[in-house]
Amino acid sequence: MEIELRGITKRFGAVTANSDVNLTIRPGEILGLLGENGAGKSTLMNVLSGLYRPDAGEILIDGKPVNFRDAKDAIHAGIGMVHQHFMLVPVFTVAENVVLGVEPTGRFDHLDLAAARRQVSDISGQHGLSVDPNAIIEEMPVGLQQRVEIIKVLFRSAEVIIFDEPTAVLTPQEVTEFFVIIRSLRDAGKALVFITHKLGEVLEVADRISVLRGGKVVGEGDPKTATDADLAEMMVGRSVRFAVNKRAVNTGAALLEVRDMKVLNERDEITVDGVSFEVRAGEVVGIAGVQGNGQTELVEAITGLRPALTGAVSFLGHDVTGASSRTRHRLGMAHVPEDRQKSGMVTDFTVAENAVLDSYYEKRFSSGVTMRWPAVNAEAAKIVDDFDVRTASIFSLGDHLSGGNQQKLVVGRELSRDIKLMVASQPTRGVDVGSIEYIHDRLIAARDSGVGVLIVSTELDEIMSLADRILVMFRGRIVASFTSETANVKDIGLAMAGVAA
Amino acid sequence: MSFNEEGPPTTSEMLQRVVVARGQVEDVVIVPVLAVALALVLGGITMLLTGVDVPRIGAAFSALFSGSFGSISALSETLTAATPVTLTALGIALGFRAGLFNIGAEGQMMLGGMAAVAVGFSFPGLPIFIHLPLALLVGALVGAAWAAIAGWLKAATGAHEVITTIMLNLIATQLTGYLLRNPPIQKPGRHDPISQSVLDSAMLPKLLTWLDPNLRLNAGYIIVLLMVALVYWLLFRTTLGFEFRASGLNPFAARYAGMRSGLIIVVVMAISGALAGLAGGVQVLGVLGRASPGFTGGGGFNGIAVALLGRSHPVGVLLAGILFGALEAGGRQMQVSAGVRIDLIAIIQSLIIAFVAAPLLMRAAFPWAFQKKAAVTR
Repeated sequence: MEIELRGITKRFGAVTANSDVNLTIRPGEILGLLGENGAGKSTLMNVLSGLYRPDAGEILIDGKPVNFRDAKDAIHAGIGMVHQHFMLVPVFTVAENVVLGVEPTGRFDHLDLAAARRQVSDISGQHGLSVDPNAIIEEMPVGLQQRVEIIKVLFRSAEVIIFDEPTAVLTPQEVTEFFVIIRSLRDAGKALVFITHKLGEVLEVADRISVLRGGKVVGEGDPKTATDADLAEMMVGRSVRFAVNKRAVNTGAALLEVRDMKVLNERDEITVDGVSFEVRAGEVVGIAGVQGNGQTELVEAITGLRPALTGAVSFLGHDVTGASSRTRHRLGMAHVPEDRQKSGMVTDFTVAENAVLDSYYEKRFSSGVTMRWPAVNAEAAKIVDDFDVRTASIFSLGDHLSGGNQQKLVVGRELSRDIKLMVASQPTRGVDVGSIEYIHDRLIAARDSGVGVLIVSTELDEIMSLADRILVMFRGRIVASFTSETANVKDIGLAMAGVAA
Repeated sequence: MSFNEEGPPTTSEMLQRVVVARGQVEDVVIVPVLAVALALVLGGITMLLTGVDVPRIGAAFSALFSGSFGSISALSETLTAATPVTLTALGIALGFRAGLFNIGAEGQMMLGGMAAVAVGFSFPGLPIFIHLPLALLVGALVGAAWAAIAGWLKAATGAHEVITTIMLNLIATQLTGYLLRNPPIQKPGRHDPISQSVLDSAMLPKLLTWLDPNLRLNAGYIIVLLMVALVYWLLFRTTLGFEFRASGLNPFAARYAGMRSGLIIVVVMAISGALAGLAGGVQVLGVLGRASPGFTGGGGFNGIAVALLGRSHPVGVLLAGILFGALEAGGRQMQVSAGVRIDLIAIIQSLIIAFVAAPLLMRAAFPWAFQKKAAVTR
């Protein structure tokens, strides 16, 4: 089944999300769809899967124009989507999840789960997915859950499968396995769309590449000849440097010492289970790991947002285990939180207000009672300048900034103080390629000036390019540690998956 | 969605105020204005449906206007009626800004008023410049203490302030009824619930008696203007206001920024309660001269409406308060000269609030007044 998108335009009020997009999806082929956040990838795929109706243009299936009124029409036409966030019922079995909504029924509307299990086994066997139909979703690793999503769309006889950022939640090993699956689907004659912003992956697995920028298709690439740099330039609209320029590490005294720390999560489960490490002045320590292995709780305990159950944190020689986050802030600890919109900024505050969100109490910005707005505004303008935050004015709302610019504002705010330690959690999540480069450079510049940097990231590439020492977290423990010389993707990947190196 | 291609603005451009976005104008101006207009129209239709003939409806609306803005005396009544409700609304608006819903302004106003009355009749011989401020201050402090209970319960135990303030309202009502029937509050020789009369040395001076001795406008409205300025200053000029607003808009970010949420909750509730207590004090010391059941006139509840209509901004609250005062003053005139019951005013007030609270409804009713909204995409 061949799909052609012809002249697709989709507007939301004054914003044009897709403008005259032409795209062909062919059977037996993997189309890599590259683009930064906000480039219009998701809108385009939502048009294709029937969630949005285009303002102009048409969709042709095997040369015949079709008109999707809703998502059901698209599913009937054989278009399936595997979303980035899985839509599975955690307490149901694989078979139950797969048939949900299209349950096979026998006489008297009896739910025929046996038939469901059989069909799931068949599909699983055909494509080498090796999924047990009786397994409970919440007990399965993320990589297998993703395969259940794939079985779901195959069960609905999809001929076209769209994968939205499928590798974002996978370990490196799971990514490799995913590539095997997607290739086998291609060889079975399915038409596949692989949406991503990761250049390496698209070069490895795609047969054709289309690049979206600003809602338009700005280029096509042949993965056999295209390079990282070409594609990145197409995505961003200018040339991008990948390697982080780094001087040799020159460490000083230990700034942060974490000793045998245990931390509970909201459900009172031990999520950080006896972690010890230290961060020295002038080095970058990276904590790698698949999301949900205790990194969030560890960072919160270090920065004073969550109490430690046992263990101790000392910072600059002070025991700060029970100290408030304000106390740690005063001592020179900076924190870039993992979710900038949830906690790193107030989106309904102006850029200026956000620029002093956690330092408003300092003498520079307040007299103790009243705010010194002129000083705040000057500081905001300086951060905006220094960190290349693209905004119309410092009085624009934080909400009006793109994700990358919001993050540059948060990182800029945290680095613009006299700090000793930077704790950066997912510093470049959801940030465009150009801003990633910028943020990485600034973090390294801070390290070179003697600041200790702790980076927690689920992006292994990011950890590998920034960190001088790498610690791998799995189920609340640090299971492996590497120096930048000994680090390699395979060993770190195994450690992330819990296989002792 | 696409980048600004003209290159980054310079620092000096960056420091210039942005033009107010169309969306903000819609939210702050267009929605309330249309809500008032639509509520008045529906009020007219209500009269029509209840058998009021068209000339009398005309007379009713004409009386509504002449009784609120038509003369000096009408203006005096409008501002007098606006006084307590603007004060409670300021407190409630402050709560909204910090993410707290103080339903308890009614109870805080009641107890604040009772305290002000008690001080007001208790100290004969005190000069007015001590007695009056003292009575107002005690009223505000009692309101603050009463509201702080709800704040403390929330900060310490997580009890929702909506529930606790409703309960505190009930307690305040019963307590007031009890106090009014018993010494030392009850007026000697009376058997109905009524307090002793406030001494002249604790009464707010009338402002316009030099024009006409019947004009009731009193210095309470000067207090209103001062409080509008004070709340504005507090919210937008002080570090405390910065913390209030951050906590209200994003409590996670406030916590991340090292703000002490528990303390902020208690302080916000206390200030909110102080304004409600002051409203009670101003009502008894400015207009009534004593307390009796229902002396608040629902000022605590109408304050919620005024705060909503005023978009939780001190200046908006000031204007919304004048509108509510006008509806009340004009409504009385309407009842007298057109024979339409003042209940209609409550209907109009309620409709205004319903429409303000439902901006999407206003968009659907008046699509030509709004820009098409861009759907949010990721």
